[in-house]
Amino acid sequence: MNLLRRIGLAMFAPVLAVVVALVISSAVMAALQVNPVQVFAVMFDFGDTPSQQVTALVVILNRAVPLFLAGLAVAIAFRMGLFNIGVEGQYRLATILAAAVGAAVALPGPLHVLLIVVVAMLVAAIWAGIVGVLKVTRGVSEVISSIMMNVIALGIASYLLTGPLRGSPEGALIVSTAEIPESGWMPSLNGVFGLLGLANPPRQLFGFLVVAVVVGVAIAVLLNRTRFGFDLRAAGLSPSAASASGVDSSAMVVKTMLLSGAVAGLIGMPDLLGSTHAYSTDFTTGLGFLGIAVALLGRNKPVGIALAALLFAFLDRSLVPLQIQDFPASVVTIFQGTIVLAVVVANEIARRVARRSAERGSAAPAAVAGDGGTGPGQAASGAGSPGGAGDGGEGTGAGVSRTTGGGQRTDERQETGS
Amino acid sequence: MKAAALLLAGSMALAACASDESGSGGGSGSGSTGGGSEDLRIGLAFDTGGRGDRSFNDAAVVGLEAAVEEHGGEFQDLSPNADASNRADLLTQLADEGYNPIIAVGFAYGEVIGDVVEQYPDTTFAIIDSSAETVGADNLTGLLFSEEQGSFLAGVAAATKSETGHIGFVGGVQSTLIQKFEAGYVAGAQAVNPQIIIDRQYISPEGDFSGFNAPDRGLLVAQGMYEAGADIVYHAAGGSGQGVFQAAAAAGKRAIGVDSDQYQTVDDPALQAVILTSMLKRVDTAVSSFIDSYVDGSVEGGSDIVYNLEQDGVGLATSGGFIDDIQSTIDDYRQQIVDGEIEVPTTP
Repeated sequence: MNLLRRIGLAMFAPVLAVVVALVISSAVMAALQVNPVQVFAVMFDFGDTPSQQVTALVVILNRAVPLFLAGLAVAIAFRMGLFNIGVEGQYRLATILAAAVGAAVALPGPLHVLLIVVVAMLVAAIWAGIVGVLKVTRGVSEVISSIMMNVIALGIASYLLTGPLRGSPEGALIVSTAEIPESGWMPSLNGVFGLLGLANPPRQLFGFLVVAVVVGVAIAVLLNRTRFGFDLRAAGLSPSAASASGVDSSAMVVKTMLLSGAVAGLIGMPDLLGSTHAYSTDFTTGLGFLGIAVALLGRNKPVGIALAALLFAFLDRSLVPLQIQDFPASVVTIFQGTIVLAVVVANEIARRVARRSAERGSAAPAAVAGDGGTGPGQAASGAGSPGGAGDGGEGTGAGVSRTTGGGQRTDERQETGS
Repeated sequence: MKAAALLLAGSMALAACASDESGSGGGSGSGSTGGGSEDLRIGLAFDTGGRGDRSFNDAAVVGLEAAVEEHGGEFQDLSPNADASNRADLLTQLADEGYNPIIAVGFAYGEVIGDVVEQYPDTTFAIIDSSAETVGADNLTGLLFSEEQGSFLAGVAAATKSETGHIGFVGGVQSTLIQKFEAGYVAGAQAVNPQIIIDRQYISPEGDFSGFNAPDRGLLVAQGMYEAGADIVYHAAGGSGQGVFQAAAAAGKRAIGVDSDQYQTVDDPALQAVILTSMLKRVDTAVSSFIDSYVDGSVEGGSDIVYNLEQDGVGLATSGGFIDDIQSTIDDYRQQIVDGEIEVPTTP
């Protein structure tokens, strides 16, 4: 029962978000005189021949792998209460340097790949670590510094690509680093399709999928089953309580940013090792920002992030068939946008529901009356209606601060009530 | 968040006007020979920015519409996702659906098209702005332009018309391709007035394609130039050019458009008034004549077709009549380039 409830609560927010997004985007489609049912039918149509269907699957998985890693990188920091917006710059800088190192050395196969991956993780970890150190030593908000570090990273990457690390001939329209020799390529997983009795598609399934799964499991274990993970989550939930119980929060901030960055360094690896074998001007960008949406949708849990990444990848693939069937591709953009918005709202609702049910579960029956009494109070403070205003009579601040003030006061009443 | 809201609003607006995309499939293609006995079905894969940029991508559509008008058949256009990571998928989907020929709009396809043309040897491909010779497949044709020549004339027009002796250039992305525009523009302006001050700025660095689709940043960059004293700014920034025009209108100065005749496409009288001229890159001509030769069965493949001043593949637009008074100067320089007396540089 308890487990069921926990699963139910964990699923509640994302499912609610997807449903709300479905409803809103269906309404938008209807307003554009597009039949939503047909649109969803096209989205789920993976093609007629087995080869096309498997190709569609490969396209989705290949897209999901970097999205998953990006979501994971963001989520690690999120769990600690840190907002690492710098994932974008971290992976771009990491990928170009890893590509350059990979192209410069010759090693036997697995070692070569390992070296490239380690370089990428190190570069991104150091880049993210700077943000952590700045926060700890100088109190710089990681939001500000990581955004600024993005700009610096992109500038450096651009300079390196067009300057010292340029591998493409002068005058080529697409500038790229030198190509990594074949020993540094990661074999595709297309052999698996043969084993499963499926058609072998022309598209290569990224071998990095396996690494991503391993990293996902490792992070899940680290966060949930180790002292480090406990400290991290504790510091995320309540920094003051964590440091009172002996967690060195400064060290945790730096360690968390290093870990988040190390995972961010992997984002570019599926493409680099599996298909492009060089960093070029048209290397996929923006994954770091998409990762924020993916992490939000997955509620910062590895399994949730994997599902969110698959959903985003699925939506992304449907862009092309939708256009071919003459549906506006912006349907997908609208859907993705509403999902992210709905997730933020749904997470907040789920948090309140969870807190209330936890209170109800632990408190004596007498507290139920008090709980019922706070219900409208919460609603009032949420909506900023007269109830909240009256409550915050002495705190004459701006509208926003007044409502939050009201909310906090309601909490206090709850505590005294129980 | 503001950007996301803009994006949403923008894509909704796009969606609203995208319903008549390939409605011209009714015309019968009975007159066509060589290319195929059945109806012509042309596939078009856009670059980032996609349809509706009122510039480069839309010019390709104009060419396609003209070709469909002439030969009958239909066309299907596809836009990539936001980070354009699915470029290869666009091409393979079109080929899977039986579209032939397929035209990739933009040099960014240069990297992925090699594999695709190999995978579909029976489909004819063309790529705009990228060379087919390096790929070496005989079912791929490159459609190239001498942007530096057209930009030279834009520089001539700007320098001749400038009253302050100070002009500007806004590039979308600091890439080799856009630097051709810059090089030609600077050379043209300096040919008229060696002392002229030319502000040059790119919206995003190499590798970050956002600069082609960021009107807000285009506006900021151009605003800075106008405030510094420039009175004419030339943009080679795709969809960001809209911002350059807005900055020009706000400052009461002039701007030069790019790719399409933006005086005609800008759709706003206030902005129309600031567009001195546009550097035409006749993507439409290139597309329609490629389809002509496909229908004739005369596509050679494996080679590049270069459109320059001589064939009017590039040039200046005269809409609005703002440069009528200096037409003879422009024609003079044009002739010198065509005759080879002026060698226009391709790198700044």
